[in-house]
Amino acid sequence: MTMIEAIRSAIDVSMGHDESVVVFGEDVGYFGGVFRCTQGLQQKYGKTRCFDTPISESGIVGTAIGMASYGLKPCIEIQFADYMYPAYDQLTQEAARLRYRSNGDFTCPMVVRMPTGGGIFGGQTHSQSPEALFTHVCGLQVVVPSNPYDAKGLLIASIENPDPVIFLEPKRLYNGPFDGHHERPVTSWAGHALGDVPDDYYSVPLGKAVVRREGSAVTILAYGTMVHVAEATAEEVGIDAEVIDLRTLVPLDLDTILASVKKTGRCMVLHEATLTSGFGAELVSLVQEHCFYHLEAPITRVAGWDTPYPHAQEWDYFPGPARVGQALRDMMEA
Amino acid sequence: MIDARRLSLYVPEPEVRPGNKPDFSHVTIPKAGSVRRPDIDADPESIRDLAFSIIRVLNRDGEAVGPWAGSLTNEELMEGLKHMMLLRTFDQRMLMAQRQGKTSFYMQHLGEEAVSCAFRRALAPGDMNFPTYRQAGLLIAGGYPMVEMMNQIYSNDADPLKGRQLPVMYSSKEHGFFSISGNLGTQFVQSVGWAMASAIKNDTKIAAGWIGDGSTAESDFHAALVFASTYRAPVILNVVNNQWAISTFQGIARGGSGTFAARGLGFGIASLRVDGNDYLAVHAVAKWAAERARSNIGPTLIEYVTYRVGAHSTSDDPSAYRPKEESEAWPLGDPVIRLKNHLIRIGTWSDERHKQMEAEIRDTVVAAQKEAERHGTLHSGGRPSMRDMFEGVYAEMPPHLKRQRQKAGV
Repeated sequence: MTMIEAIRSAIDVSMGHDESVVVFGEDVGYFGGVFRCTQGLQQKYGKTRCFDTPISESGIVGTAIGMASYGLKPCIEIQFADYMYPAYDQLTQEAARLRYRSNGDFTCPMVVRMPTGGGIFGGQTHSQSPEALFTHVCGLQVVVPSNPYDAKGLLIASIENPDPVIFLEPKRLYNGPFDGHHERPVTSWAGHALGDVPDDYYSVPLGKAVVRREGSAVTILAYGTMVHVAEATAEEVGIDAEVIDLRTLVPLDLDTILASVKKTGRCMVLHEATLTSGFGAELVSLVQEHCFYHLEAPITRVAGWDTPYPHAQEWDYFPGPARVGQALRDMMEA
Repeated sequence: MIDARRLSLYVPEPEVRPGNKPDFSHVTIPKAGSVRRPDIDADPESIRDLAFSIIRVLNRDGEAVGPWAGSLTNEELMEGLKHMMLLRTFDQRMLMAQRQGKTSFYMQHLGEEAVSCAFRRALAPGDMNFPTYRQAGLLIAGGYPMVEMMNQIYSNDADPLKGRQLPVMYSSKEHGFFSISGNLGTQFVQSVGWAMASAIKNDTKIAAGWIGDGSTAESDFHAALVFASTYRAPVILNVVNNQWAISTFQGIARGGSGTFAARGLGFGIASLRVDGNDYLAVHAVAKWAAERARSNIGPTLIEYVTYRVGAHSTSDDPSAYRPKEESEAWPLGDPVIRLKNHLIRIGTWSDERHKQMEAEIRDTVVAAQKEAERHGTLHSGGRPSMRDMFEGVYAEMPPHLKRQRQKAGV
């Protein structure tokens, strides 16, 4: 399956499994979403369980909160993560805090799916990676899958979760893995081990990272698209990096991270989002706090530049194999 | 030739400011009983006039008149009077408690008691309100224990919300009272979502959203009306126009729309305007809207025309922005006195019984207060534990919070 098909399958089996799951957002009903992640669900489950909404992100999230407090499990789509800002108030001050402020009297089991990241020439309003704006908010959980198998399992786990989950889908990975070599022909998920997705219901637990590539020289912490860039670059520059796919940013699997860094003695943090105050800063802080005496070199961050995501210069912005490879070499010399 | 005159910005101002004589001559008050009562399945287009008038039942002589009269029995009206008096006394005691330092903050309802107390009676068990901070009458009239409200206000060790929320931001699912956020406007659209969920599940319950005149300017108000209109949600959208948003007069949010009820017309939502100080009118209109929602006909927007007699909160001083005598000049009177006069007029009540009930209510509230204070007040006695501060952020405490709690030494 592609990641789109895996996500669609996750929603499909969840709707079949649990009648309280409802799906809505801009263009998600009849048409099945601009990325087609909800294609066919309205026909299968009816238009009161999968429907189109007005173009109002605060309305989509606001009504979803009301539905969740009633007892439904909304799995809603924000068409691009870049469009979520009108809903930010509802997400941060309402969804995130409902359980806490009502002492569990009302809860908000809800999944907010949104395509994230660049790589499709989307310009500044279709390429952003706003995960740090959510990881900073207590009460939210933040998930970023890197492949179809995880996307399905993590999405099912997110729908099952009793609290709100922000589910960021790296849109460049929708149709195939992407190692950052934009100049090469696109690859497909067909034939990729992680594109082999079961049709049935299964979950991948939140809060568990996974080692994608075992290595001894340096630990690379990555998520989403950057996992593939990290794996490919390690091979290309011939540095025996251990690549950890975080999968969930909140809750974070600190144990897996620390075990790896203590083993390798070096750590690089990668993300596509802008550098300053990015989630990488949190990772760096945690690693130095817990692994300071194991470190043989300063922890390095490779991230998007602190500029809006440009259109023509997309690949100058994207932290691709050249920048990651150079940073790896520099680290090993440090 | 292009007209080269320079532009100038219009900034609305209230009729009067401190030092001026109060003036409500611009508020047109129709005669009680003069506004028609359409069938509940009326096409919103056919009742547009109701967004510009004021539905009233009680006239100056204390009589219930016109097509909206008769929605409550005499016993129910006497109970309604009691609810409003309870709320008013509760407010007085809690304001005093705040001044005594027993809590940090309080918000009273003075002059607006009829709105939430009468509305509550139009709902059925299982319906859900999404209130603002000035609808505690929904709890009082719904039989929620006052002592629990006080425990919340005091943030004491019996606080049902464990000290996590600002005073008066109650929550009671059981009593159809959604957790008050403290944000403005956000919950208006959530009420629409709750109502949509009820319709999705083919349930029989309806929802009620609440917002103030000032907060109708928030985008959430617009989103709520769009979604309610599009999906014909079984929801009552209540706008309490108490004339003042802290220091800002209602004209700043209303702009050129004439009335707040008129905001609903562009969405094709049935929109009514009602005398918010008339217990009978509030109940009759709420009942009309509730029947409409429950019959799956669609949403109703109701504007309650009332006046915030007290300060916005204990942190506010209205004398800085409006004449002190303004509340006395308010042409729709006091909701408690109006209902009391009506009950006396129809012969089921008397001044003596009223005085007697005032005393009984005071005793009831004082007794509840004593009980609550046994569990502590904000700065003395029992309080929620520090350990508990870390609970309930998520259903299951994630590792990073466990580490932080450990670090905090609890």
